[in-house]
Amino acid sequence: MNQINRLTGGQINRNKELNFRFDGRSFKGFEGDTLASALLANGERLMGRSFKYHRPRGVLTAGSEEPNALVELRQGNRQEPNTRATVAELFEGLEANAQNAWPSLRFDAMAVNDRFSNFLTAGFYYKTFMWPKPFWEKVYEPIIRKAAGLGSISFEEDPDLYDKGFLHCDLLIIGAGPSGLAAALTAGRSGARVILADEDFRMGGRLNAETLTLGDASGSDWAAEAHAELASLDNVRLMTRTTVIGAFDHGIYGAVERVQDHLPQTIADKPRQILWRIYSRKAMLCAGAMERPIAFADNDRPGVMLASAVRSYVNRWAAAPAQEIAIFTNNDDGHRTAADLIAKGVKVPAVIDVRADASAVVGAELLAGAEVIGTEGRLGLTSVTVRLANGQTRKINCGALAVSGGWNPNLHLTCHQRGRPQWNADLAGFVPGPDLPSGMSVAGAANGQLSTAQALAGGAMGAVAALNALGIAAKPAELPQAEDAPIALKPFWHVQGGKSRAWVDQQNDVTVKDVRLAHQENFVSVEHLKRYTTLGMATDQGKTSNMLGLAVMAELTGKTIPETGTTIFRPPYTPVPMGTMAGRATGKHFHPTRKTPSHTWAEEKGAVFTEVGDWLRAQWFPRQGETHWRQSVDREVLQTRKSVGVCDVTTLGKIDVQGKDAATFLNKVYANAFAKLPVGKVRYGLMLREDGIAYDDGTAARLAEDHFVVTTTTANAVLAYRNMEFARQCLWPDLDVQLISTTEAWAQYAVAGPNARRLLEKIVDADVDISNAGFPFMACGEITVCGGLRARLFRISFSGELAYEIAVPTRYGDGLVRALMEAGEEFDVTPYGTEALGVMRIEKGHAAGNELNGTTTALNLGLGRMVSKKKDCIGNTLSERSGLSDESGLRLVGFKPIKAHDPVTAGAHLMNASGEISATTDQGYVTSACFSPNLGCSIGIGFLKDGANRLGEVLRAANPLEGQTVEVEVVSAHFIDPEGERLRA
Amino acid sequence: MMIDHPLLGLRDAQEFTYLGDASLIDRPDWQAEDAQETFHDYLYLRENPAGEHRELWFHETGDRSWLVVTRNTLTHEITKVELARDVARARGRSK
Repeated sequence: MNQINRLTGGQINRNKELNFRFDGRSFKGFEGDTLASALLANGERLMGRSFKYHRPRGVLTAGSEEPNALVELRQGNRQEPNTRATVAELFEGLEANAQNAWPSLRFDAMAVNDRFSNFLTAGFYYKTFMWPKPFWEKVYEPIIRKAAGLGSISFEEDPDLYDKGFLHCDLLIIGAGPSGLAAALTAGRSGARVILADEDFRMGGRLNAETLTLGDASGSDWAAEAHAELASLDNVRLMTRTTVIGAFDHGIYGAVERVQDHLPQTIADKPRQILWRIYSRKAMLCAGAMERPIAFADNDRPGVMLASAVRSYVNRWAAAPAQEIAIFTNNDDGHRTAADLIAKGVKVPAVIDVRADASAVVGAELLAGAEVIGTEGRLGLTSVTVRLANGQTRKINCGALAVSGGWNPNLHLTCHQRGRPQWNADLAGFVPGPDLPSGMSVAGAANGQLSTAQALAGGAMGAVAALNALGIAAKPAELPQAEDAPIALKPFWHVQGGKSRAWVDQQNDVTVKDVRLAHQENFVSVEHLKRYTTLGMATDQGKTSNMLGLAVMAELTGKTIPETGTTIFRPPYTPVPMGTMAGRATGKHFHPTRKTPSHTWAEEKGAVFTEVGDWLRAQWFPRQGETHWRQSVDREVLQTRKSVGVCDVTTLGKIDVQGKDAATFLNKVYANAFAKLPVGKVRYGLMLREDGIAYDDGTAARLAEDHFVVTTTTANAVLAYRNMEFARQCLWPDLDVQLISTTEAWAQYAVAGPNARRLLEKIVDADVDISNAGFPFMACGEITVCGGLRARLFRISFSGELAYEIAVPTRYGDGLVRALMEAGEEFDVTPYGTEALGVMRIEKGHAAGNELNGTTTALNLGLGRMVSKKKDCIGNTLSERSGLSDESGLRLVGFKPIKAHDPVTAGAHLMNASGEISATTDQGYVTSACFSPNLGCSIGIGFLKDGANRLGEVLRAANPLEGQTVEVEVVSAHFIDPEGERLRA
Repeated sequence: MMIDHPLLGLRDAQEFTYLGDASLIDRPDWQAEDAQETFHDYLYLRENPAGEHRELWFHETGDRSWLVVTRNTLTHEITKVELARDVARARGRSK
């Protein structure tokens, strides 16, 4: 039958009927329903199976704290597991499935676990599956994961868009219940910039769920009016469906706005959710309070719910959880629930109140001093067993039981900066402590002010105080007459002596017995209790269970609850989808892509690209007929060494250094001397860390007395610049020197090979002399090319050939490389990529990142003599430590295989020709290796103990990863042109 | 976190790169007799206070100023922000 438990009234739109499916069956509900309220209206109490024992479960709550009613929402690639049915807004065509149940929700084969519950107590997994050890990963864990776990994922790519946004305000108000609305009205009218955020889709909080009146209006009408006024104010931003998930430093809050989750069809190009970063000057936490349950035997049966949730379903959604609803309470909220139910025509067979002196209820039988000791009903509650004050038991038929154990303030966000909650005896609960996140204040029920009148006043006065502190004048909004009942509660946590298990944490299936076991085994500290029993460690973070667990432990240890401790909360307040955290940073947008100015040219040439940091660099340029990368690379190397090649080196870091003291400054940041470098000359430079380890190398070209251009490696462009700024501002603050990164201002190309000069002569302007005499090795200068285009020319060589690097302003990079290629046609010029670059530098024995690997010194690199002893420079002093200046320590040398076809492998460790191969006999390691087309064999460079004195020795290069050991001969690292004649040609 | 840049006002800490203890400004004299020891201490020994800490931040995606930020390591409260260059001068690093 359709919506058999639907009542009259409520804040639903009965003119808009919605069709939906749950677990394969069709239902109808109304606009304004949640999945949970619509299911209850249809008489469906069973909504899921529990995590461990596969017990039938229904809703416990009506909000985001729900531990039980977790479903898989939507289908296909939009399927989302662990969605709480209590906050899933109903829409036309909604599809949801129960999770963690097989083959069906009503008959779940894994419910057999429940029969073996005696074996599945706290610590069971730790104790049972310890042996044999390798079985854990391969056998036990996969089976346990499959059997337990919560929902499943689709394994398809998420089709939705997510975004991140930034907001600023004077006052952020978190929660739009009575205190939040009163605060927002007060602040909004003052003209301050206000953000009011609430996780619900309707503002009003408990005002929508209660029958209380504010002045002459119903609570929900007053809330709607307040909402309308706030919506009319330009200085107020209202954010419904927005959960503030965390309080971070200095008034920054994280919030997740669910933009599209309630829509049947996603709007293309709009994000599904937005992760907001809210910069607030002040914030008010008006998050209300959560009711807590009482533990008793079989208190997890579908139909056992919190009393406040029952009122929410009945009053807001006009959905009765059952036709007959009994009440179990330790405070007056139970009585309020009875009155509301009776007013709606729902039968209340009994109000079971643990207080012996409880006052009478109109229209229902009161069982004062009684306790619920058991429940019955296989897939849903049919009756409860009550122990009366006189000790007799009585069975009461009911389809639902509304339980109230008191209220816990929602102080979660007050703990995000390590604030510690404080015990409040009236509430028998924790309230926010004095150490709040900076700029935050708390009002209303979140602050322990449980009555509506207190909440309204707290909100208004709190807003005035917050704004006054900002120098904004505000006066409290006029407040309507409202309920102001005192707290009337007898602390009562769990019923003693029931026959079955009493549940504490329903999401993680933790019982009173588990807490008792933890106590027995001395896991009494709250942190141990949590980890041993998993209490409060599920996706709900124990919102409805932590207090109960603490109370049970306190009872066992004979301490008070505050002595036992409290758990503090961490962000996020409710679970956040990974997609929302990622925002737009997915796939190729995970990090920026940097392309050099001649990227398009390289693409046209068929380049294969590789990622170097964010940069894309051409790795090689395959030609037709080449089927293996080595063919392309070998050709590029041979052609460059035979005639000429061009390589894009734009990605190298470039730093412009200017000022009267520029040379003095470089003298301090480089290990080698720069003060006497003449204008028009370039010098290789090595940078050390202060601990004496080499970290970057490059060149510095002196273009004028007071002007240098420094290059760094691609990888260290950012770090070297940062370190140079540190030296300039923090170490030598009065040097007259200025720095700027010009990496992206210049496009730079290496032109290398015996025909490099002849090629360049065709593009440099007529008045530029680049003859060997006029522009010798290590010369530099500002010149013009291609008829007046300004350029910088450096005669430097990484390849070991006669070579130049030429730089032009970025926008001419593409034009320049095309001009170089055209001019080079007659020399059969080849473009070459990073692989050929790497091969040539290994052949030449030049160090790169593999050699400057964070453990090597100038001495290791064979550059020990470069480190000037006559000046102060970064790293100089500590490079002389005995451990780093061992003359027989590691030295950079080359390796050639004894058998020509043997490979030399980077990472291989060097061992003496005979003897044991082990870490203790290690002689060094190979850092870089390649096939050298010029030598016709594999070669490598690397570090060898006392390497300089071991040339000619035969060693073994051991590569145990691949079970390979090859014999190598120790040679000079300079395989090609060791005398450097080509460079100077 | 927000850092109140002396030249630019409140800026998000995401714009900055963190280095560490501001004592890194006090680089020892390389010509001193005990330079090896003082450099060792300068580089490796740090106070690790639970409370007020003076530390270096680089406004890397901003104006590239090095700042000395006084931050409480327990609460993250920032009580002072100075240009590191001014601090360096005040500590006698002028040539």
